[in-house]
Amino acid sequence: MTDQTSPPQSGVPKSGVPKSERTAHFVNREPWDPYVAERLTADQEKYYMAGQWKLMWWRFRRHRPAVVSMIFLALMYFSTAISEWIAPYDLHSRHSAYIFAPPQEVHLFHEGKFLGPFVYGLKTERDLETLQRVYTPDPAKPMPLRFFCSGAPYEFWGMIDATFHFVCPPEGGQFFWLGTDRLGRDLFSRIVYAARISLTIGILGITLSFALALILGGLAGYYGGWVDNVVQRITEIIKSFPHLPLWLALSAALPVTWSPLVIYFGITIILALLDWPGLGRAVRSKLLSLREEDYAAAAQMMGAKPARIIGRHLLPGFMSHLIASATLSIPSMILAETALSFLGLGLRPPITSWGVLLNEATDINVVAVNWWLMLPVVPVILVILAYQFMGDGMRDAADPYA
Amino acid sequence: MLKFIVRRVLLMIPTLFIISALVYFIIDLPPGDCVTSQVDELLARGDADALQRADELRQLYGLNEPLWQRYFEWVGGIFRWDFGLSCQDTVPVADLIGERMALTLIMESTTIAFIWIASFIIGVYAATHQYRMGDYVASFIGFVGLSVPNFLLALVLLYVGKVYFGLSIGGLMDPEYIDKPFSWGKFVSVAEHLIIPVIVIGMSGTAGMIRRLRANLLDELQKQYVVTGRAKGLPPLRLLIKYPLRHAINPFVADIGGLLPDVISGSVIVSVVLSLPTTGPMLLGALKTQDVNLAATFLLFVAVLTVIGMLISDLALAALDPRIRFGATSEK
Repeated sequence: MTDQTSPPQSGVPKSGVPKSERTAHFVNREPWDPYVAERLTADQEKYYMAGQWKLMWWRFRRHRPAVVSMIFLALMYFSTAISEWIAPYDLHSRHSAYIFAPPQEVHLFHEGKFLGPFVYGLKTERDLETLQRVYTPDPAKPMPLRFFCSGAPYEFWGMIDATFHFVCPPEGGQFFWLGTDRLGRDLFSRIVYAARISLTIGILGITLSFALALILGGLAGYYGGWVDNVVQRITEIIKSFPHLPLWLALSAALPVTWSPLVIYFGITIILALLDWPGLGRAVRSKLLSLREEDYAAAAQMMGAKPARIIGRHLLPGFMSHLIASATLSIPSMILAETALSFLGLGLRPPITSWGVLLNEATDINVVAVNWWLMLPVVPVILVILAYQFMGDGMRDAADPYA
Repeated sequence: MLKFIVRRVLLMIPTLFIISALVYFIIDLPPGDCVTSQVDELLARGDADALQRADELRQLYGLNEPLWQRYFEWVGGIFRWDFGLSCQDTVPVADLIGERMALTLIMESTTIAFIWIASFIIGVYAATHQYRMGDYVASFIGFVGLSVPNFLLALVLLYVGKVYFGLSIGGLMDPEYIDKPFSWGKFVSVAEHLIIPVIVIGMSGTAGMIRRLRANLLDELQKQYVVTGRAKGLPPLRLLIKYPLRHAINPFVADIGGLLPDVISGSVIVSVVLSLPTTGPMLLGALKTQDVNLAATFLLFVAVLTVIGMLISDLALAALDPRIRFGATSEK
């Protein structure tokens, strides 16, 4: 509330203007805020007060393809947690009556009548000339699919016995949405399960390679001198040598007697061993320049140990950038695993990845007849594209000069 | 300059030495040797003499000697173009690899030439026609090339060729020329068969180059000297070639070092998929059967190729850029 009482008029010197025309002297009794001109609106305040990571998130959100890719990848990774529910069949269940069955189409209308999603039963004949099995849908037998049903039994995460599936094959029939392979295993279920391996190997590998890059790049960048020299020479040799032949040699060196799970970790380590130099180089060159900063010198003088200076003071300064570059190298890891398994030197059954599935598609004569064996290519390309978009978005978001 | 070259060449020797030793030991790492699987096969067939035969074979290949001795024998032989015996069919490795290496070399150099020419034309076109149809098409191709792995592309092309066109795009020459001496007909046949693998292998490299050339050239095109030149009435083509292009062209020389490992990696896997008679499939087979001499020779060949490629790129860069010539390392 403003105090509008007239100020005392006594003692005012006479001037040319008649008293009645002068503006009344006015004093605002409210406390004065000298920063009123600089006061931020709520939006501005939110922006200026936001932390580094929040700012990056906002910048990232503007990048539409990156956001879509992130949602897609999140769904894919979530699906690996519930593979058992999504896949109608088990990873290894064989249907010897349905070897190389083609994908079954899902229909909605039967003879003009709405039936809900259903498939036609498969009739098997043998082509007497080529001796191949020929499967034809039997239009007389529409078989509705079951949803949220109890189907083939499995052990959830290898621990809990259960039978719940999102989709089950119809009663007395089969549902091979993407066809079957040479042992009559449902390809769709196998692709769903294989995502577990293919998607995690990228994450695991990059974690290892990230750790190696931080340690070795950190040592080289912080200490310089001969440590730097040794690390630099190693990275140069690794970077300049073609990776694929080396990967091949290393994975051929894994003994056949090892269990598939150990092989899985072995392959991950091999992938990481050749991948870290790129990141390590980035860490090194950043540290080389950052260790000259005043705050690093201050920390050093206060007696902080190198590990603390690197980890607490120097690394956080470019962590976001590192994470963005690491994301960009996940797809190359997934691809490398796919390539190795495809060539038969990577993972071995019963561990199944998309590359292991593609290994079935190496013989072009088999693929030419059973085209659906190539379908695992689709998730591989989609995931790689998504990672690339997301990585691009993250890199732009992490760039302070954008 | 001479000092620089000598230093670089001298540096190559220890690098190659380390790589060859590493590779040799890695291949020999897993338990068992190349005779094991052959003997298992003989035993399965009920061959009573299998074990004795195994001893003979091991004697022949010198597998009873310690690893380091075999390694030095192998390395010593290299200078006489003698790479030891291949375990698979008891043939000298040198006889197996000659033509394959030549074909690999041809394929890889053609690929690099393809990458250069294609990305140069497309990159310059995309930069000078920014935000037009051609630019978008080029960017799209570039993106696909970067993200679709080459062996999957090869697989899909193989399928499409086989099913829709009845072609088999595998192989590097028509069957009638296999094992025949060199002739014009063979040359034409090889050239025809090279087209698909070269495009498939070069795809990602081309895509990367287009991206970089376009970005560099766009940066240059906005500079004032270009505007000045245009204002003074220089013909557009002359203006483009004479000034901004010269700046933007640097990555073509600088990147061969990064390009070469990719091309070699790609050629190995693509030639396995397309079953080309290059080093790729044989290397894979040798690794699977633990044929140490053969696999190590191929890997050493790959290493030599890479190191020489790097050397050429370094020399070219040094010739172009005095900062490198005088020993200052470029920070990235």
